[in-house]
Amino acid sequence: MPGNGEQYDVRSCFSMVSIETTANTNLLKLMESTIQFRDATYSVNRNPPLTVVSGILLDVHAGETLVLLGRSGSGKTTLLKLINRLLEPQSGAVIVQGRPTTEWDPISLRRRIGYVIQEGGLFPHFTVAENIALVPTLDKWDPPRTVARVQELLNLVGLDPKQFADRRPYQLSGGQRQRVGVARALAADPPILLMDEPFGALDPVTRSEIQREFSELAQRLGKTIVFVTHDLREARRLATRIVLLQGGHIVASAPPQDFLNIDHPEVRAFAASLDPLPNAPPSAPEVPGARV
Amino acid sequence: MNRWQFFVTHRADILQATATHLSLVAISMLIAIAIAIPLGMFIVQRPALRSIALGVASIFQTIPSLALFGFLIPIPFIGGIGTRTAIVALVLYAILPILRNTYVGLTGIDPAILQAAEAMGMTSNQILWRVRLPLALSVILAGIRTATVITIGVATIAAAIGAGGLGTFIFRGVAMVSDAVILAGAIPAALLAIMADALLALLERHLKVT
Repeated sequence: MPGNGEQYDVRSCFSMVSIETTANTNLLKLMESTIQFRDATYSVNRNPPLTVVSGILLDVHAGETLVLLGRSGSGKTTLLKLINRLLEPQSGAVIVQGRPTTEWDPISLRRRIGYVIQEGGLFPHFTVAENIALVPTLDKWDPPRTVARVQELLNLVGLDPKQFADRRPYQLSGGQRQRVGVARALAADPPILLMDEPFGALDPVTRSEIQREFSELAQRLGKTIVFVTHDLREARRLATRIVLLQGGHIVASAPPQDFLNIDHPEVRAFAASLDPLPNAPPSAPEVPGARV
Repeated sequence: MNRWQFFVTHRADILQATATHLSLVAISMLIAIAIAIPLGMFIVQRPALRSIALGVASIFQTIPSLALFGFLIPIPFIGGIGTRTAIVALVLYAILPILRNTYVGLTGIDPAILQAAEAMGMTSNQILWRVRLPLALSVILAGIRTATVITIGVATIAAAIGAGGLGTFIFRGVAMVSDAVILAGAIPAALLAIMADALLALLERHLKVT
């Protein structure tokens, strides 16, 4: 079925939706939803130990969309997993809302942090509504509140609840699955959203549609978002700040408009990837140690 | 004697033996399922026990069935002559396919789904019951199906230790060198196996998550 929930007017879709936050609570969330990496190091327990990320010093400010950019194996996903304690740093600390992750109960920490992965990671045996209701169900919301929230979220991501609530993930297109993934992550209104190459599996047209909608959504909701990608174009489209990783270290950090002015070989390598023409200026040389 | 005449004249006995056979299989399968599925769920969370459990279950599978019945007879409480011993042996045979499929089904889940579950703040018990188990159901059922077909066959040998069932005709027919009597046991047993297989296959397809 082409077009079901795929094409629609972004403005009309979002303007009808009421967001479940008032200015006051938004402000409160802004103040508490920061993430700080304090000299965090994570290595895989091998012989000899393989350091994946080290000496990470990074503040994620409340309400910003921070994009972690880097090649495969540069440590982007590891940083994401350190935030919701899927991994723990060997040294240094990762502080979420004022407390090191190691002092958080991992379950309650994760329920405050939305998480979206490629293809959404939806449960195939759940309907769309059940997938979205996952965290509310785990947190034992009463059913009417959960149902209302699912409706609200489906509208928010541009899917008609009547049409989609009872479908199963295999009955959705890639773009629709991704929307459901975003809705599920937002279900319990978490202040922080982690996204691991969420749009990577989509075709280019759907991808740019979703990117546009998502950046509007991000601005409206005021969430703190950490977004992982290897696509500079996507980073520039969504980020309020781009942080470039190379070999487990942060090598550059700048707002998208200034990012390409940074004088660093890895930045130039990424800049070269933007230009599809064969007679483009010669790309920066491959940097040793870029791949872990 | 005409081959089929025996069926007609002894149809009450054959039906009776089929019923005994079915109840032997049903009781053994229920016990085997009640042991193997929880055990499978248990070893998924304790990888150290995995090879022990699967290894022990495999050993039972390698013992020839007639020998296993023989070994069990002298054992107190579970042994002796009759139905109880037969059920113990059938259970031991049925455990491995169910246990192995339970384990494979529970561990063969798409890692992206498990990671999403963990990252959304599900506890490992919630992941086991609400994600792994429902997604493994069709694989577990495939194990139950294999075990049922095996058990229907092996249960014919239970007649050798006095548990009754369709094996009674087979052993009697072998002793009498009578095809008709052997077939009176063998054909219903084969039909039972085919029907059980088809029924469970249907259920399995129904449970499969696309």
